[in-house]
Amino acid sequence: MIRTAVTLAIFVLSGSAGELAVTHGMKKAGAPDHLRIKQVFSFLARAFRNGWFWVGVPLMALSFYLLMVLLSWEPISLVIPASALSYVVGTLGAKYILKEDVNGVRWAGVLLVCVGVAIVAAG
Amino acid sequence: MSHERKLRLKTLVVVFAMMVCATTGDSLLKRGMSQIGPVTLNHAGLVQAFRLAMTSRTIWLAILFLIGFMLSNMTVLSWADYSYVMPASAIGYVAVTFVGMTVLGETVSPRRWMGVALICVGVFLVGQTKPSTNAIAQAMP
Repeated sequence: MIRTAVTLAIFVLSGSAGELAVTHGMKKAGAPDHLRIKQVFSFLARAFRNGWFWVGVPLMALSFYLLMVLLSWEPISLVIPASALSYVVGTLGAKYILKEDVNGVRWAGVLLVCVGVAIVAAG
Repeated sequence: MSHERKLRLKTLVVVFAMMVCATTGDSLLKRGMSQIGPVTLNHAGLVQAFRLAMTSRTIWLAILFLIGFMLSNMTVLSWADYSYVMPASAIGYVAVTFVGMTVLGETVSPRRWMGVALICVGVFLVGQTKPSTNAIAQAMP
């Protein structure tokens, strides 16, 4: 039980941390001015050279590996709904680490999505 | 068109592309892996599954769509908030439910419909907020 809870916590935290790192890297790479092929490719070239992207990828890989481990221990109807917690953890990270302005409406939306995903994934 | 309207439209276009790529990629991957059959979890079984996966056209097509998802996700995060994009991507669960019901003829339980409805309302609420609120990110070159 404790083993599952700790692994689940590391799975959620590493996944969210990885995505926050990638998001930070994308912001640093600078958005393309227009959605034209040449500008998007030029953005992607900058993005792949950004260090934060390469910090995020191994963290997301660790999260994916832990998901596989969790699925080998527990039923999918428990693991996937529990992973919906990532929506809340990711939003907390966005607010306190990336300094995004998460107002009440956005929080309400995130919480509904989190509960909705948990229900859908529980089958 | 105002700057905010433009930003919202640009964000919606890329989030829609993300959703299409993720749903198509996942469905193709599921079909491709079903064609391969159950994977035996030993060295020989994994090597055989890898060989079959790498020669499957369906799986390569799935990989192509999933790369499209990754690139569109990276692109939208270059200007939009993570807390805006992440919940919006949950709309994929809604798409999968509709594809399952209409294309694959699956029956959807009332409980699943309730989850789908909550996701729709949640995504709608997040969609009412500004796609980009991070002043530092907006000022970055």
